[in-house]
Amino acid sequence: MSDWQPKIVVFLCQWSLKADREWEQRFELPPHVRVVEVPCSGRVNPLLVVSALQRGADGVLVVGCEPGHCHYKNGNYLGRRKYATLGSFLQYLGLEKERLQVTLLDETEGSRFHVVVQNLLDKVRSLGPADALAVRQPMACVSQMERE
Amino acid sequence: MRQYTEAMRKEAKRLLAEGSVQVVIGFAEGTLPMRAAPFFARKPEDAERLIWGPFCENNLARYLREYKGKKAAIVAKGCDTRSIVALMAEHQLPRDQVYIIGVPCEGMIDRRIVARRVPGEVLAAREEGAELEVEGQDFALRLPRSEVLYRSCSACLHPNPVLSDVLLGEPVELWSQDPYVYVREVENKSPEERAAYFSAEASRCIRCYACRQACPMCYCEECFVDHTSPRWIESGVTPAGLQGWQIGRAYHLTGRCVDCGACERACPEEIDLVYLNGKLNKDLRELYGFETGVKLDELPPLAVFLPDEGPDFGI
Repeated sequence: MSDWQPKIVVFLCQWSLKADREWEQRFELPPHVRVVEVPCSGRVNPLLVVSALQRGADGVLVVGCEPGHCHYKNGNYLGRRKYATLGSFLQYLGLEKERLQVTLLDETEGSRFHVVVQNLLDKVRSLGPADALAVRQPMACVSQMERE
Repeated sequence: MRQYTEAMRKEAKRLLAEGSVQVVIGFAEGTLPMRAAPFFARKPEDAERLIWGPFCENNLARYLREYKGKKAAIVAKGCDTRSIVALMAEHQLPRDQVYIIGVPCEGMIDRRIVARRVPGEVLAAREEGAELEVEGQDFALRLPRSEVLYRSCSACLHPNPVLSDVLLGEPVELWSQDPYVYVREVENKSPEERAAYFSAEASRCIRCYACRQACPMCYCEECFVDHTSPRWIESGVTPAGLQGWQIGRAYHLTGRCVDCGACERACPEEIDLVYLNGKLNKDLRELYGFETGVKLDELPPLAVFLPDEGPDFGI
């Protein structure tokens, strides 16, 4: 158990942090934190979050732009309602509320992004592996087919 | 409730004879006691088969989209009219194509509760005032109506149609105090208990999708569960697949579910489904003051926002 590291999936809006791209050089994220860049946080399908949790993620972070800073004017506002309801719903189903984190960052807040990820890592590490939802079986046959 | 049957037949006969609608969607006597079947009256003489009673439990709004482009009349309870309004809000149904025969509803009776409360097979059931008279081979007893209502019905806040072209009776009085009693019960449990409850309920699912078919709002041409690319959720009858289906189904109805309970009534495994959608409805009501299908010109809650509303997600 001591070498267990929480798996974190980050859905990162491609526009937030765009003025601070060097955060990738300044802070190296641990390999168990996977960043998925998306065109807009407001359009991240909630099923992607469920999917990530069902594929073994211990925590999910959705990063959008700060209010008023959305590239598409209101994607972050629409996302806010989506994640408020999804987060509360997953919590109702038994998932710890700390495991789904939504945060809205300015274009230049690369260092704050790092802090947010570290905070989530610490929280999830203290919670241990996620066990509220059943985990999907690896799709052995499919991956076999894809290889061929 | 029986008194509505006559008025309903008269109205249906008039509409069909006039030719102002092509079909009247209502209920006919079912083949078993305590069952009523959705019925589609297309000729004036069909109207004689229409009935109304405490077992007309389906949400008939589910059939309206199938008559797109034609004029249809529908017999609708409070929840059915809310579904119709919600469908209109999503541009699925033009107002002038549907004629709503509104029926004030006193709540539908859960035949499963009745079957559990009596010693044998029910051969006949009849409503007598505030009681249900149940007869079987060697028993006859009376059950108080309030004890055998569906959960969603005993919690209902809109028994009267919110929208109708003709109303068949006087509006009924509200009986429910708290629309989300069953949600609160689960909310008060610990996270471990909630997770155990959800996985136990989901594990009984056989993925027949009857809940989806019964729902007036589940009209996607291709359901997320049938997608193969991306495969949103596992396709088998596996714990993750079943939970994924329950989460996806419930969440996709956020701000669209009217708490009619049709999904739960259709479920052959009697899985607790209204507690999932109830939670989402309760949240929308508490966070954004939104109630589905109550106001005609209201936009779906996930399609709008206020700049300064909560919750604040900052760390």
